[in-house]
Amino acid sequence: MSQLIGVPRETAADEKRVATVPEVVEKLVKLGFRVAVQSGAGDAANFPDETYRAAGAEIVADAAQLWARADVVFKVRVPSAGEVGLMHEGQTLIGFVWPAQNPDLMQQLAARKVTVLAIDSLPRMLSRAQKMDALTSMAGITGYRAVIEAAYAFGRFLTGQVTAAGKIPPAKVFIAGAGVAGLAAIGTAVGMGAIVRANDTRAEVADQVASMGGEFVKVDYEEEGSGGGGYAKVMSEGFQAAQREMYAKQAREVDIIITTALIPGKPAPRLITAEMVRSMKPGSVIVDLAAEQGGNCELTEPGKAVVKHGVTIVGYTDLPSRLAKQSSTLYANNLFRLAEELCKAKDGVINVNMEDDAIRGLTVIKDGSITWPPPPLKLPAPPPKVSSQVKTTPAAKAHGHGASEPMPARSLAILFAIGALVFLFIGNNAPPAFLGHLTVFVLACFVGYMVVWNVTPALHTPLMSVTNAISSIIAIGALVQVAPPLEPFGPDRPAGWILGLALVAIALTTVNMFGGFAVTQRMLQMFRK
Amino acid sequence: MTPSLSTVAYLGAAILFILSLGGLSNPETSRRGNLYGMVGMAIAVLATLLGPQVEPKGVAWIVGAMAVGGAIGLYAARVVKMTQMPELVALMHSLVGLAAVLVGFANYIDPAATGHYKGVEKTIHEAEIYIGILIGAVTFSGSIIAFGKLSAKIGGKPMLLPGRHWINLAGLLLVLWLGTRFVGAPSVESGMLPLLLMTAIALLFGIHMVMAIGGADMPVVVSMLNSYSGWAAAATGFMLSNDLLIVTGALVGSSGAILSYIMCRAMNRNFVSVIAGGFGTGGGTPAPAGAAAPAGEVVAVSAAETAALLREAKNVIIVPGYGMAVAQAQHTVFEITKLLRDRGVNVRFGIHPVAGRMPGHMNVLLAEAKVPYDIVLEMDEINDDFPDTDVAMVIGANDIVNPAAQEDPASPIAGMPVLEVWKGRTSIVMKRSMASGYAGVDNPLFYKDNNRMLFGDAKKMLDEVLAALRA
Repeated sequence: MSQLIGVPRETAADEKRVATVPEVVEKLVKLGFRVAVQSGAGDAANFPDETYRAAGAEIVADAAQLWARADVVFKVRVPSAGEVGLMHEGQTLIGFVWPAQNPDLMQQLAARKVTVLAIDSLPRMLSRAQKMDALTSMAGITGYRAVIEAAYAFGRFLTGQVTAAGKIPPAKVFIAGAGVAGLAAIGTAVGMGAIVRANDTRAEVADQVASMGGEFVKVDYEEEGSGGGGYAKVMSEGFQAAQREMYAKQAREVDIIITTALIPGKPAPRLITAEMVRSMKPGSVIVDLAAEQGGNCELTEPGKAVVKHGVTIVGYTDLPSRLAKQSSTLYANNLFRLAEELCKAKDGVINVNMEDDAIRGLTVIKDGSITWPPPPLKLPAPPPKVSSQVKTTPAAKAHGHGASEPMPARSLAILFAIGALVFLFIGNNAPPAFLGHLTVFVLACFVGYMVVWNVTPALHTPLMSVTNAISSIIAIGALVQVAPPLEPFGPDRPAGWILGLALVAIALTTVNMFGGFAVTQRMLQMFRK
Repeated sequence: MTPSLSTVAYLGAAILFILSLGGLSNPETSRRGNLYGMVGMAIAVLATLLGPQVEPKGVAWIVGAMAVGGAIGLYAARVVKMTQMPELVALMHSLVGLAAVLVGFANYIDPAATGHYKGVEKTIHEAEIYIGILIGAVTFSGSIIAFGKLSAKIGGKPMLLPGRHWINLAGLLLVLWLGTRFVGAPSVESGMLPLLLMTAIALLFGIHMVMAIGGADMPVVVSMLNSYSGWAAAATGFMLSNDLLIVTGALVGSSGAILSYIMCRAMNRNFVSVIAGGFGTGGGTPAPAGAAAPAGEVVAVSAAETAALLREAKNVIIVPGYGMAVAQAQHTVFEITKLLRDRGVNVRFGIHPVAGRMPGHMNVLLAEAKVPYDIVLEMDEINDDFPDTDVAMVIGANDIVNPAAQEDPASPIAGMPVLEVWKGRTSIVMKRSMASGYAGVDNPLFYKDNNRMLFGDAKKMLDEVLAALRA
């Protein structure tokens, strides 16, 4: 029996988003699920009931009925106390929960013996989890909307223009925090023609800022600010002082500040002081995206736009909801990807597989027992098994193959001992003329080894071809046989045979000699930068 | 030319050969390296020709023989296709081997060369002849078989005779016994029979040895035969008391051996087990069929969809394999590369050390197609970049991108370093069919979520991709 996914209308005030959209309903049905949508759930996001019905969803008149029937509930906002009361045992809830900030809610949900997947608890470092990352998709929308809100409150064009009515300088925008929201804001502001600067405590995002068309402003202080998992961490006193100085300078210069600085599980850092707001030009705008977590600006009032010291400070906490159609679509797709992961058999029944790292991280309550926080992920220990074997390929890549690992002392000693015995034997038995040749031979072997060890793999084929050509040196052996200066052996010598053999040998080796060098030359001419 | 002068000329030639090999280790100096080799060879030949060991009356014969050989060689070098390089190199090795055999025989029957040796010196000299002919014969027949396998005139599958190691051992013992008979022989006539028998055994041994090695290991074999031809030259040098031959033979021999070793290491295989043969298709324990068969769906795409993926990508890594060589697709690959680079896409090539049928095979092909070599990277250089890559395009390669090497300890190729294309956002594998590669192992890459298959002949498909990109 396939399960019923219920999508209730969001109950939070001013929430316009909806947890699924008609386009995604179709895909869910293909996965084998049945979908029920509360009447009017999509109205605020411009998805009327008929569109859901056309996509294959059932429209249910009231919330109580929907919650009672659904096996799985897709929601956007944290469930209200009333909604928790409607839940029944065995039901699964998927949506934003913020388990760290809402311990009471967690207790209430656990008491209902339900399973809860908190989309905000997704392990974001898992690359395959990216398709489910609703925080990222919402942050992108937030960043975009922040610039729109700023432009709305700002009394001028963002782009610079020279018009018949006079020259308009481009607006200067400063963006604090270059996470997903920050980067989206940079892109949007650049697109509107503003001069954009940005800062982040994580120095590695400088390239990303540049790639969006912004200019990265450095804090004049050395400290690594990456706190793992792509989030920032709390910085030291010295750094904060230097950072304040930089912010104060930016505040005097720019027209619009957008702050996006958040540290997980902590109140938002206070970046913009009242003093800095006072130093800004009248008519400037601050958009504080951290308003919900206390704000990056001292004067922010969450949920409101206020004017203080001539500066408009926007503290809206519902920016994604203000772009309801877009954010609903992205959120619905994120949940669909999650549904795909939960229902690999495509039979319309979800399976909360706690062995799967991504799903383990998402699941904060499983059948009434709280499973949050999840155990730390054993993370990208890159290629797991092979690493030990791969290590035998030495690190010195720049020089061909580098040296091999030194041999253990014992086998080296045995090797030397054998070598000494062989040398002793040869020294006792061989005639001096042979020894001279042996010396030359052994030394030449070592030279060959040393010379070739450093060849780059790209040149293996030409190298082989050239050594092949050089091995035609054997022609010398045949050359000296053709017409040697004869002393006492004249008549006995089978001269005809020798001449024949030697000439054939010469012909064969010259094929190799000329062909080998010519083909090497041909190959090498192709190597170009 | 006095004897001293010709000895000094030999010394100069030997130095030039060393410089030549040294020069070949770096693309910047490689052309000069080849030039050193040519000059060294010219000096060596001239010094011998004008030296005390060749009477003027022989010069005409020599020049005639060299003119014939040289003409054939230059012609072959001009017409050979770059994809046929491995075959040509293998064939040329066989010539050197045969020449070593002929020189050995000629030396043995020549009383002017052997008559003055007495006692231990005679024994050593005869042993040198024996060894020289032995190595030469193995090189000759082995190279012929390698040539046959590389040009697909002989099947790539290893031929495993029952008890093949025992056959080899018996052959070796027989060769040793014949050796004692040969060295002890009182006259040239009585020594000839053991020598001819040994030559026959050595020829058979060469055939047997290479027949038992799978096609996938041919690069190692070619390189190993290269080494043998050097040792044959060195043995001839001992026989003739010629230091230049000894030095050059040793250079070629040791460099070939090192090259084989480097390649074996790149495949994470034991050198001895490759040479002992039959490794290419899991000669020991065949992989349990079906037990590790990857599950999942294969998603096929069209050339147009591939072009769309490439157009939207910022970072592309192309992983070429033998299929690109077979289809002669390198020029189209270059056209696509150029087009994408002109549009600001970062296109690079990831070359597995054993891609193709010869070490550096892919580099040569890409170079032929004028792909600049600074975007052609080695596996170790590029493997870490796959996670940032939008599209990893695999052209006619299989085993070298097989994740089973890392994920499945039971796989026959477990532990072999591979290009981690599956870490890219999308990977596209171009292949003619779902058939497994040379190692005969199924490839779980094809079933991964982010993998797409583009079936068809690489050249034809890439031409279509190129057309779609231009549209």
